[in-house]
Amino acid sequence: MNLGNLSVGLSTYLLVGAMLFCLGLYGVFAKRNIIAILMSLELMLNAVNINFVAFNRFLWNQKIDIHYILTGNVAALFVIVVAAAEIAVGLALVITIYRNRQSTNVDEFNWLKW
Amino acid sequence: MFKEMHDLFQWAWLIPALPFLSFLLIAFVTKRSKGLSSTVSILAILTALGLAIAIGLGIIQSGAELVEHPVIVSANWLNIWGLKIDIGTVVDPLSGMMLFVVALVASMVQIYSLGYMQGDKGWSRYYAYQSLFAFSMLGMVLATNLLQLFIFWELVGLCSYLLIGFWYFKVSAREAAKKAFITTRVGDFGLLLGILFLYNKFETLDFTALSAALSTNLQNVAVVGTVGYVTVMAFLIFMGPMGKSGQFPLHVWLPDAMEGPTPVSALIHAATMVVAGVYLVAKMYFLFEASPVALQFVAGIGAFTAIFAASIAIAQDDIKRILAYSTLSQLGYMVFALGVGAYSASLFHLMTHAFFKALMFLGAGSVIHALHEKQNIWDMGGLWRKMPITGTTFFIGVLAISGVPPFAGFWSKDEILAGAFQNGHPIIYAVGLFTAFLTAFYMSRLFFVAFMGPEKPQNHPHESPLSMTIPLVILACFSAIGGLAALPEHNFSFFIHFGEFEPEAMNWGLAGISVVAGLLGIGFAYYIYVKEAIKAESIAARFPIVYRILNNKYYIDEVYLWLIHHIMDGLGKVLYFIDIYIVDGIINGIALLTRGSAKVLRRTGTGQLQTYAMVFFFAVVVIFMVFAFGEGQLSSLNPLAMLGGVK
Amino acid sequence: MSSALPSGGSFLLPFILGAPLLAMFVIVFMPKDETKMIKIIAAMGTFVAMALSLFAFFAYDRSLGGMQFTLTIPWVPDLGVNLAFGVDGLSLPMLLLTNLIGFSSIYASWNMENRAKEFFVLLLILITGVMGTFIARDLFIFFLFYEIVVIPIYIMVIIWGSTKRVSKEYAGMKLTIYLLIGSAFLLVGMVALYLAAAKQGNPTFMFDQLAARQNLYSAPFQKAAFGLMLFGFGSLISMFPFHSWSPDGYAGAPTAVSMIHAGVLKKIGGYGLIRLGVYVLPLGAKYWAPVIAALAIANVLYAAFIALAQKDLKYVIGYSSVSHMGYVLIAIAALNPTSINGAVAMMFAHGVMSALIFSMIGFIYEKTHTRNIPDLGGLAHQMPRLAIGFIIGGMASLGLPSTVNFISEFTIFMGSIRVLPVQAILGIAGIIFTAVYTLRIIANVMFGPRRPEWDQLKDIRGPELVPLIVLGLVIFAAGIFPNILFGLVNSGVTSSGLQKVLETVSQAKMGGLF
Repeated sequence: MNLGNLSVGLSTYLLVGAMLFCLGLYGVFAKRNIIAILMSLELMLNAVNINFVAFNRFLWNQKIDIHYILTGNVAALFVIVVAAAEIAVGLALVITIYRNRQSTNVDEFNWLKW
Repeated sequence: MFKEMHDLFQWAWLIPALPFLSFLLIAFVTKRSKGLSSTVSILAILTALGLAIAIGLGIIQSGAELVEHPVIVSANWLNIWGLKIDIGTVVDPLSGMMLFVVALVASMVQIYSLGYMQGDKGWSRYYAYQSLFAFSMLGMVLATNLLQLFIFWELVGLCSYLLIGFWYFKVSAREAAKKAFITTRVGDFGLLLGILFLYNKFETLDFTALSAALSTNLQNVAVVGTVGYVTVMAFLIFMGPMGKSGQFPLHVWLPDAMEGPTPVSALIHAATMVVAGVYLVAKMYFLFEASPVALQFVAGIGAFTAIFAASIAIAQDDIKRILAYSTLSQLGYMVFALGVGAYSASLFHLMTHAFFKALMFLGAGSVIHALHEKQNIWDMGGLWRKMPITGTTFFIGVLAISGVPPFAGFWSKDEILAGAFQNGHPIIYAVGLFTAFLTAFYMSRLFFVAFMGPEKPQNHPHESPLSMTIPLVILACFSAIGGLAALPEHNFSFFIHFGEFEPEAMNWGLAGISVVAGLLGIGFAYYIYVKEAIKAESIAARFPIVYRILNNKYYIDEVYLWLIHHIMDGLGKVLYFIDIYIVDGIINGIALLTRGSAKVLRRTGTGQLQTYAMVFFFAVVVIFMVFAFGEGQLSSLNPLAMLGGVK
Repeated sequence: MSSALPSGGSFLLPFILGAPLLAMFVIVFMPKDETKMIKIIAAMGTFVAMALSLFAFFAYDRSLGGMQFTLTIPWVPDLGVNLAFGVDGLSLPMLLLTNLIGFSSIYASWNMENRAKEFFVLLLILITGVMGTFIARDLFIFFLFYEIVVIPIYIMVIIWGSTKRVSKEYAGMKLTIYLLIGSAFLLVGMVALYLAAAKQGNPTFMFDQLAARQNLYSAPFQKAAFGLMLFGFGSLISMFPFHSWSPDGYAGAPTAVSMIHAGVLKKIGGYGLIRLGVYVLPLGAKYWAPVIAALAIANVLYAAFIALAQKDLKYVIGYSSVSHMGYVLIAIAALNPTSINGAVAMMFAHGVMSALIFSMIGFIYEKTHTRNIPDLGGLAHQMPRLAIGFIIGGMASLGLPSTVNFISEFTIFMGSIRVLPVQAILGIAGIIFTAVYTLRIIANVMFGPRRPEWDQLKDIRGPELVPLIVLGLVIFAAGIFPNILFGLVNSGVTSSGLQKVLETVSQAKMGGLF
């Protein structure tokens, strides 16, 4: 078994990212617990991060332009930072809502309907 | 001579202006002072009468010259693109005669009202209306063109409306006023149409210019069209007189108009306003003359109205209603006289009728005043002895209207009948003759029942004050001698005639026949109501249906009321229903549709963020698919490209 | 007259526009319980505007004609929007009418105590807005002022209105939505016209320049654009199927709003149809003329019959105003200088008349708290002056000679009977039914036996007499001396180029719609 032939290309990474994204998406659509939804959202963000990093590794010819080398990685870092902030705000909201409603079930949170 | 008179004639506009001034004065200054209001009004109308007499004398002196060349003064009133109207005064024998008659009767009535309206709360208002009426009527008489005439025509209609409804607290008066206005409005609709079509054709409304245009173009089919066009014009114009002069079928308002104060009935609904229609036909005679069909129609309507109204008058009991139907009948006389071509006879009758009918109305007013508002003739009786002046003057009026020589009615009525006979209208002559008989009959009936016979003990009549009897005496004089204007060489028809003047000798044979008819009528009434040889009740009992029909005025009012309440109001209700439920219903339906669709569509806003996100995601997927794989087909649907926003 | 003029010209019209606006600002900064002072200031503001517009009316040079007292300030040069004011024989009578009615409406609301400050602020905005539409020489400004008008009307009906057959909320909503739907169609037409006129560059909104670029508008474009405007302006002038806002709206609105709405606001429709429709899109007007004429007849007769069946005074007058607007429409459909003369004069005449009647009905309602005709009667006993005002209004409504309404109707009939004889005859038949319903309400409200329940009522007096005096005087002055009004209107029609337009239209080979 030649492990050298078993090259891991860009599409493999994208496949992993897409799977992760779909899992997250499924979670966001289907979960009823608001904390689970927030976690699924994190999954989706991380799926995007994988894409960023993968594109950064494969798409640019690193010898040509040094400036592009870390673009994707930086974007992924930004996403992580924003995700952290988002989860902070999101959890704060969840706690407030829970205090008011004694519930974390999103089905009951339809106060904005028509 | 003519030159000097010319200067006088130019001041004719003062005659209507004076009463108008008095109207303004009463309305804005003296309305709180009863004495001042009546003084102002009477002074104004007397001055106007003086001026009218001066102009009348001037006309007689000017003679034939004025007949050929009327004195016209006019100024521009309205001048816009395609429409130019002047307003002014015309002085010719016809307008001079009318001025005199109107001013005379108006001043007599205003003096009479001093007594009759004594103690009425609306005194100042009454004199204001009287002045306004005098202004409008005199202004109408002086009109130089059709539109001016129409304007004043409507204004006299307004005054008539206001004066019929003078006692506005009476429901009957208020309804009668409304009825009068609306009925005449129906006629005015035709008149207005006629005016519009005439202006359209000839670009002028001036009487003289219209006459000239018509006569020069009568042969020219391109301008006038056919005689049919002229006939239509004449019909339309004649609708106005039918309303105003109470010709069948628009006569219904005149008997009801008796709800007004009696002096008003004398002035407006007997002597002056109601003859405006005759005056209009006389003014537009050149148009009617050009269309034999129209003349036939005029004659037919007039004759029918004459006999129709006379037959109703026989079966009425209210003194003012008898006089009202008599007025209708006499108006029919004047109208059919015009129709048969007895132009000057018609206008002659207009003048004499104004004298004796105003006299009789004022006499009736005097009686009503004395009997405290009793109007049924069967409640009266033996009044002659208690009210000698009223009785005597009324008797003169009866003789005059019955055509007994030498009183005024004899001359004019005879001329009309002679005209009908000699111009080849035997049927109309027969109708007129029979009407003369009926007229004499119902007038004598009225006189015999109310003034002779036994006194009623419950009545305590007394002669009216001088302010009321003096006008009676003056009008009685005119009723007695007014007809003599037919006798001199320069007689009435020398001044007032249509076309070439042809002096006509008196036809004593025809005159004799009509006198006999009148005397027969009086004698018949004498037999029934004084001698009581035949009981009036027995006649009524013998022909119950005829009596009921006559007493109910052929049920024409009922028919009209049915039409108004069921057809017109019904249509109004139906259209209102349509408006609310269909026209507005569609609008509300659209609004409802908007609301309804919103109600359905808002269900999509579930409030579930997960649902929104799912829809959003799949929509993005679909759009992505479309743009990725359907490029070629769908680029034309690209909304940005359609807007031209994408290069 | 070119839009390139930076400034200069007469400041008369901005002053007229500014007077009520200034009064409005003063009132805004006043304590709200000073109602007496508020009314006096509002009256002063509108009086200045009325006096100045009377001055303009008589100072206007009729022999010269055209737009006078012009002022042009470029506003958005890139789009060709100019702050352009000016009046001619068509708009000056409308301007005067606005101010006459505006001034009277202040006095008609003299007894308003409920939130008086807000009421008069909104009323003054309303008056200013209406005035602005008439003095605008620029389509954009015209539209702007028109939209300004909508806001106060809505608020005023909702707050100060009255609920009868329909609730005041419904009435206010209906009124506003109709105005807005009309203006939406108008906006489309306006933009289309603007784009068509700017095809060869040099965009403009100025009326006269839009009219001068006839060659840029193809016949199909004219038809479509005029159709849009007919819809917009037609619903404003309460043309037949779009009239149902009018009776409901007037019945719901407070007196002053009814006066201004029936008196002048409605006339923006007729004015717009002439100024923008006939003048700018003559071929479109020709194409639509048969439709307008047919709908106009529906207006006249249909509304007159419905007025016969009404029990509420304001509904009678509401439908009567729909009926009278039919005469304006038939005059516009006739498309000749005589009838256009009549249309403008009729708008003036009807404005004065309806404002007078609405103010009188307002007083009746204020005193008796009912407008139901069977409940009223014999008011002439207690309130003779009110009765006089009502009768004058009624007589003007049925077109009695010596009122300005008669001569306007006559001119309309004269102008239209040549072109549309059948429609004109049907329209003239309307005068009979107008007489019937008008005399009925006069008889049933004013005349008849004395009713003791009204014995404590006081006749109108003092400030309440102002609408009667001002409007009554105008009715008779212009009716007895018609050249005062018609001289101006005629100079507007003959000098504004409208006459030329109408002559070319009458020769155009294009037949009507049918």
